Amino acid sequence: MSAIKVENISKSFGKVKALDGISFEVERGELFGLIGPDGAGKTTLFRLLTTLLNPDEGQAEVDGFDIVKGYQAIRERVGYMPGRFSLYQDLTVEENLDFFAALFGVKVEDSYDIIAPIYRQIEPFKRRRAGKLSGGMKQKLALSCALIHRPSVLFLDEPTTGVDAVSRSEFWDMLADLKHKGITILVSTPYMDEASRCDRVALCNEGRILGIDTPTDIVAGFDSPLYAVQADNMYQLLISARRARGVVECYPFGEAHHLIVDAEFDIGQFKAELADVQGLCIKPAEPTIEDMFIKLMKQ
Amino acid sequence: MRQLFILIQKEFTQIFRNPFLPKLFIIFPVMIMLVMPWVTTMDVRNVGVAIIDEDGSTLSRRISSDVRAAEYFTVNDEATTLDKAHSLLEDCEVDIILQIPKNFERNITSVEPEKLDISANAVNATKGSLGSQYLVQTIGSTLSKYMSEQGVQQASDLIAVQNRYNPTLNYRHLMIPALMIMLLILICGFMSAINIVTEKENGTIEQINVTPVGKFTFVLAKLIPFWIIGLFVVTVAMFVALVVYGLTPLGSLWNIYLATILFILGFSGFGVAVANLSDNIQQTMFVMFFFVIIFMYLSGLLTPISSMPEWAQKFTVILPPRYYIEIMRSVYLKGTTFLEIWHNFAALGVFVIIFNLLATITYKKQV
Repeated sequence: MSAIKVENISKSFGKVKALDGISFEVERGELFGLIGPDGAGKTTLFRLLTTLLNPDEGQAEVDGFDIVKGYQAIRERVGYMPGRFSLYQDLTVEENLDFFAALFGVKVEDSYDIIAPIYRQIEPFKRRRAGKLSGGMKQKLALSCALIHRPSVLFLDEPTTGVDAVSRSEFWDMLADLKHKGITILVSTPYMDEASRCDRVALCNEGRILGIDTPTDIVAGFDSPLYAVQADNMYQLLISARRARGVVECYPFGEAHHLIVDAEFDIGQFKAELADVQGLCIKPAEPTIEDMFIKLMKQ
Repeated sequence: MRQLFILIQKEFTQIFRNPFLPKLFIIFPVMIMLVMPWVTTMDVRNVGVAIIDEDGSTLSRRISSDVRAAEYFTVNDEATTLDKAHSLLEDCEVDIILQIPKNFERNITSVEPEKLDISANAVNATKGSLGSQYLVQTIGSTLSKYMSEQGVQQASDLIAVQNRYNPTLNYRHLMIPALMIMLLILICGFMSAINIVTEKENGTIEQINVTPVGKFTFVLAKLIPFWIIGLFVVTVAMFVALVVYGLTPLGSLWNIYLATILFILGFSGFGVAVANLSDNIQQTMFVMFFFVIIFMYLSGLLTPISSMPEWAQKFTVILPPRYYIEIMRSVYLKGTTFLEIWHNFAALGVFVIIFNLLATITYKKQV
């Protein structure tokens, strides 16, 4: 039995279709990532799966319970960390943890082994009010509180948004650790580079899933040639490259622009067409998940 | 039950951690009890009077000095002529002109005596009418004393007025029991509604909603602290009424607390309903203020319901504060027993049921 099973779920807010017939499954003990830009419907999906919303169509199961009929059972066994810090800012670190432990009827000591790697880092500040913590520490506290009752499924909605690069990397190490303890984790992120830390990812855009696979296979599925181009005037390059023959898509990617091309493309001809662009340099590039995402989005 | 206890404990921790709120629970009742009874008075004082004495007799001088001596009046000495007095009246420097005509004293015992003329500025209706009434009373007593000194047989006073329950006609005594409602409206209605909406605004309600805590438990845990604080605040207010104004309830304290509990239960339910229907503090505040203004002006707190137009009187039937104020005033000032005003308690009971049903219905099962 899979930990999360979503079948053809749709949800609209007025005229806006936030989710449009989404289906996927997450295996037990899997670290599953939802990758997509803002407005892809990631948060709505989380709110449905954590029983805060009811779907318009379709059905879903979390840990074997239906999200509508079995909402009480689900609330007993999932941990949810919303995108926005939602703990009591006027209570201390310790009070927040004790409060959530008490609500679930557990003792902090009993779950200490599971939260320890995370909580130990903020324990020196346990008498500080949650509102006075730094962003990274707030995030660790929120994760500790979400884990306090030993949930079988953990929902993390954009946990790394607004967190510095080092803390982000640390956070993913923590998730890998939790995964090894047998917790199923569904995590969303707008950062494509984080996708490689997941077992499998679903690329989402505008309420639909564009593709689901392991990060390696997603990249392997990129079947057209990809080039990185650079020039002295990057903006001029972008405009001219988009007009060139055989170029399907050209978009900024780090220091260079990435170029997705079709069969008609020819490097010699491309250089000739862009003769007026100073310092033009073109070389083949390795595709990443972001390239795949952009390619899927264009289809 | 365990969850309820934990949630209530959390609420109290938050309330007492707030640097401002706990102080307010003492300052608030004390201020309302110390200040409001003095400013919400209908007594008229410092009525400006211009006296135009055309008679210049012993009697007219005696009337002037009695008016001067009365505590309600301030005699304006600038007014020497009638024209001057009228211009002062126009500038609101004086409120009433008293004109004593020529030969007033000489003709007072004749068949057709001269008449005193009182003209009052009635733009401020209360001041105008009450002021001239006081003036009539003051002059009346001077005249009747004068007449009996002259040996003229006076008909003894046929009308005896006795002010029952509030013998000194002290308006403050009427206000004090009723003012306690302001405390309850603000603390049990406003505070609990804002408290719930704050959790919505901060998103903390979301975190609670994914725990097994039921909605009912959650709301109850929000309200119970304010019920307790409401009762505490009313107790402080009654203590201030006793110490400062020497006012104690003539009736039973149990009646006062029963009415207070019923009002708190009903009004906090109303607060929850408003909070449920709003997304942020601004909306809650605006809606609550709207209702509070209606409650203040139509519940008989400031002006008697019996002097309102009939349609307004009918409307007050659906306002819970009306019943609470009636109970508080009659128990405090008249010592009324429960059986005499049980219908007011019953009305409050009905509001408890209606408002709490409303609160339950408006509370969506899933946010």
